[in-house]
Amino acid sequence: MNTTDQTNAAEQRTSGRRKATPVTGARSRTRSAGRKPTTTIIVTAILALVAVYFLVPVYWVVINATKSTEDLFGTNGFWFGNDFLLIENIRAVLSANGGVFPRWALNSVLYSGVGSVLATYFACAAGYALAKYRFPGRRFVYVLVLGGVLVPGTAVALPLFFLFSSLGITNTYWSVLIPSLVSPFGLFLASIYASAAVPDDLLEAGRIDGVGELGLFHRLALPQLTPAIVTIVLFQFVAIWNNYMLPLVMLADEKLYPITLGLDNWQAQTDRLPEFYQLTTGGALLSVIPLAILILVLQRFWRGGLTEGSIKG
Amino acid sequence: MRSKSAPWILLAPFLVVFISTMIVPILMAIGYSFSSIERSGLLGEGGVTRSFAGVENYVAALSNANFIESIGRMILFGIVQVTVMIVAATLLALLLESASAKFPGFFRATYFLPYGIPGVIATILWSYLYIPGLSPIVDVLGLVGINIDFLGPNMVLWSIANIVTWTYTGYNMLIIIAQLKAIPGELYEAAKIDGAGAFKVATSIQLPLIRPALMLTIIFSIIGTLQLFAEPQLLQSMSAGITSEYTPNMSAYAFAFQYNDIGMAAAQAVIIAVSAFALSAIALGISSWTEKRR
Repeated sequence: MNTTDQTNAAEQRTSGRRKATPVTGARSRTRSAGRKPTTTIIVTAILALVAVYFLVPVYWVVINATKSTEDLFGTNGFWFGNDFLLIENIRAVLSANGGVFPRWALNSVLYSGVGSVLATYFACAAGYALAKYRFPGRRFVYVLVLGGVLVPGTAVALPLFFLFSSLGITNTYWSVLIPSLVSPFGLFLASIYASAAVPDDLLEAGRIDGVGELGLFHRLALPQLTPAIVTIVLFQFVAIWNNYMLPLVMLADEKLYPITLGLDNWQAQTDRLPEFYQLTTGGALLSVIPLAILILVLQRFWRGGLTEGSIKG
Repeated sequence: MRSKSAPWILLAPFLVVFISTMIVPILMAIGYSFSSIERSGLLGEGGVTRSFAGVENYVAALSNANFIESIGRMILFGIVQVTVMIVAATLLALLLESASAKFPGFFRATYFLPYGIPGVIATILWSYLYIPGLSPIVDVLGLVGINIDFLGPNMVLWSIANIVTWTYTGYNMLIIIAQLKAIPGELYEAAKIDGAGAFKVATSIQLPLIRPALMLTIIFSIIGTLQLFAEPQLLQSMSAGITSEYTPNMSAYAFAFQYNDIGMAAAQAVIIAVSAFALSAIALGISSWTEKRR
């Protein structure tokens, strides 16, 4: 009784003091409300539960890449099987079909690497031109490219196949590489960034010093565009790496497949040949791990770039 | 002062690739969509002749029950999936940016991780979590008396929705977080002075100010929904519920490569492209209209 009275009195006293200094009182109250231990526990518990959802498939592939085909079906999918065969499974993945998996991986690196670097260079040059020059036709180019952003890539894949087959370049590296060289989104990012980050005075000073127009872009503008460049390269790299319909439409020769199409190919054989379950699982693990590391290392760059991207919305 | 050719030299590489890989194919598709192809000879060995068909292919596409059904399926899918995903992304962004969240960096990276996993591999991984006999989830649910067939005809659309949501929620969340971070600190200070709680801050300050990011994510998601292809195409071999004309894109693919009806395939591709364009334009229009009314 006595103690409750005392705490009540203490509360009244503090609330009285709060009334006396309303500004600091209200501020500290909301701040402490945000950090109440129970709130922190509830929020963190929700976030952890959601994290489990996002990690389940990745966890599954790590665990099950260590199993034999028998254990894959015979033991619980959330825990290890009777044998630990990770090394053997990975060796099987790398040597299956005469070592076609490493080749798919190299193809993916080639398509994504060359495609993203060149696409970024083209997008930066064009974006810079649209941001820093006033010339007739500028608005038309802008609207044309905006239209390109809004047209879905897969709607273009089929018509592109008709075009490339009339040119006779389907089922070649070019048929996947050439369409990867264009990034309308990258152009917008580069032009927004260039108009903010490349000062006109700098370009004028360069002109007075006798630097040519292409030199201005390469020597003065391009270094200023570095954050945009990193973002466009990453976006384009992932977009090409993840692309499925374009290579599916274009490529017939297994040797030209990127990793996605290759694994799709293996997965399609599982209903006839159960050992392909093991190969597909091991292959999926091998292709997820480097991407996961890349994402975790580079996520701060993505965030910076996404801020730029959201400006245009 | 400046050479007139300089901007065009800088634009040239982009425009050459852009025009040849986007504009020309689209024009070609429009051309094909208005033509029909006659094969002479039993196997087409007599060569093909193209003739102007008018709107024949469009009439055929729009009166094809399977194609209309696939569009209806995508609208239903989009309404449910995009809503769930954007609400989830917004809630996660607000929770991660609140003072109460522990380890925000770790959770942010974890949620974003699936974006880096190609749709093909995500679908393979999830399909192994769907297949009875292989899936631990089906086993665990069976133990507590819930028998779900994730690949059943009625369920498989939502199993696909789950894969898409899993892949893109973290990506959309990062776009929203980027905009949340751009809200000036003084606004939060002012709200605190007015005695606003966390909920009031979210509804009165954060949600209105992240509207541009929400619009962006919604438009990207709508375009993505219309493009749905890899996930159902891969699950097709496992689920009796998925036909080869399950989504508009699968339909166009089937007409081009399985039925060899390029006119029809082109008409369907044009309809998909125009719909995506129109939906995005409408979304942008609504966005700027509500912006003006504020």
